[in-house]
Amino acid sequence: MSATAIAPSSRRRRPRTPAALWVLLLPFLVMFAAFFVAPIAFAVVDSMFSQQSSGLGLIAPTREFVFLDNYAAALSSPSFVASLGRLVAFSAIEVPFMVVSALALALLLGAAAARFPRAFRVTYFMPYGVPGVIAALLWGFLYIPATSPVLQLLGQVGIDVDPLSSDAVLFAIANIALWGFAGYNMLILIAALDAIPSELYEAARLDGAGEWRMIWHIKLPLIRPSIVLITLFTIIGTLQLFVEPLVLRPLTTAISSDYTPNLAAYNQAFAQGNPNLAAAMAVIVALLAFAFSALFLRIVNRKGNRAW
Amino acid sequence: MVTTDAPARSHTKAGRPAGAAASGVPAPTRRPPAARTGAAGTVLVNAALVVASAYFLLPIAWVLIAATKSPGDLSSTFGLWFSDSPQAWQNLVALFTQDDGAFSVWILNSILYSGVGALVATVISTAAGYAFAKYDFPAKEAVFWTILGGVLVPATVIALPLYFLLNSVGLTGSYWSVLLPCMVSPFGVFLARIHANASVPDEVIEAARIDGAGDLRIFASIATRMMTPAIVTIFLFQFVTIWNNYLLPLVMLSDPRRFPITLGLTLWNSQTQRDPSFTTLVVTGSAVSVVLLVVLMVSLQRFWKADLTAGATKG
Repeated sequence: MSATAIAPSSRRRRPRTPAALWVLLLPFLVMFAAFFVAPIAFAVVDSMFSQQSSGLGLIAPTREFVFLDNYAAALSSPSFVASLGRLVAFSAIEVPFMVVSALALALLLGAAAARFPRAFRVTYFMPYGVPGVIAALLWGFLYIPATSPVLQLLGQVGIDVDPLSSDAVLFAIANIALWGFAGYNMLILIAALDAIPSELYEAARLDGAGEWRMIWHIKLPLIRPSIVLITLFTIIGTLQLFVEPLVLRPLTTAISSDYTPNLAAYNQAFAQGNPNLAAAMAVIVALLAFAFSALFLRIVNRKGNRAW
Repeated sequence: MVTTDAPARSHTKAGRPAGAAASGVPAPTRRPPAARTGAAGTVLVNAALVVASAYFLLPIAWVLIAATKSPGDLSSTFGLWFSDSPQAWQNLVALFTQDDGAFSVWILNSILYSGVGALVATVISTAAGYAFAKYDFPAKEAVFWTILGGVLVPATVIALPLYFLLNSVGLTGSYWSVLLPCMVSPFGVFLARIHANASVPDEVIEAARIDGAGDLRIFASIATRMMTPAIVTIFLFQFVTIWNNYLLPLVMLSDPRRFPITLGLTLWNSQTQRDPSFTTLVVTGSAVSVVLLVVLMVSLQRFWKADLTAGATKG
């Protein structure tokens, strides 16, 4: 749909001074090529080579083209496959969790009954400014009985939970991401709700629709593109999972050093000294991100009502 | 249909106190007029809002209180109330004197990375977005969609190969190794294009050309003014993205004097096993950086036009 807005204005443009165009465009294109395209190309190429260190390390290691061997090695490693599975599971937990929460917050704040919506809105948005690392550090303290007031209170009424046990830790991580980004996603949805013409509500009310029916028949269908957008961003965000497990790792045995594919790639590159395998792992994550995004957009664009 | 021009929108809001826009209060949610909600509904809605607030405030309240405690009190007193012997000042002094004032250096580094990175990113992506909106050139759409595809690439996929790439030109470990990659914002180009289309009328450009203004001058002095809300959003978005970034500096930097706050605090956090007094440093440091960012977020919230982001979907 964005093409419809762009098309009419691009029709009548006749650049009089192409020089100006290049001054405007080139800085970004050069930077984009250097810091986006080049690393990706480098990773793809690097993932098809292997360093062969021969002998006692007296001879410089040689670079050898191995085509897809690194991919085969990554995908036949049980721990890497497990980390991929974990990532998909995390995505399956986090995405609905996030979208439903952001939607609930936006609809609650938009409800006629809500008092002090501005103050609440700022409160929910605040965690977006807390870096993921610091959010993970803080929640780490709240996940340990020694320092967590919540676990202490629960313990006093006889409920013992261990958020860092191997069963719960994925949810514990999902909670940290939810805390950080729900408010931001909520803002995007609120902006979309604000753009709905109020005449629609008036008409619906004349027809006798209550709050629920208005949510279901007016609000949700009209903010659908924004819901699609935040879902897409959340999917991509979940596939980057790296910081939270890294920070929580010293607190629990449930998180291994290759808990997520990104952690595994980081380890291969910097601890195990196998940058080629790391590159293959990174490319696999990128392909997964594209596959998930494409699959998701395909599903929402079924039935001909294109959201994007 | 693109929602733009948020300032104009806020004027149309009926019954809004005139000073509200200037006092930094975000525009209120437009609500269905004359809604009837039962008392039970009112209580439920507001109870849910309060519970949600408690959730979002919990870690912040905890860290602000924890920052006033001694290492012993941290685990021996209730987390959501102060201990009998608060030592906030002592903790702050320790925080800012540890490792020859490393923490202040990290704050300055974070400001440098985020400020300079976001500034340059904003300038070049606004210029590029404007060029995409207002000029025709070969393969325009293909190039644009390639850039947009960049939004979909996980940052982790870029950071690792970028390390090896920059290592081969000897840039790793320098300020540049973090600054330069942060200057690229594909999402910024996307927003800038949509808002250049929506808020810079072609007639204005034609008129300026007839008056003899050069293209670059038209961009710099006319278009940028009309695109100000979008430009501010791009800047803030990139600022927070860089401020929150962890993997890139982790991969690139080894000298703690160049670390941003995020990396510095995890450096200290890794030493808590060896020396428990580092826990207090980490807690106090987290509290200070949370306060810094929360003040920034709340004071800048009125500039944070999420509807620009949302408008992107409706284009």
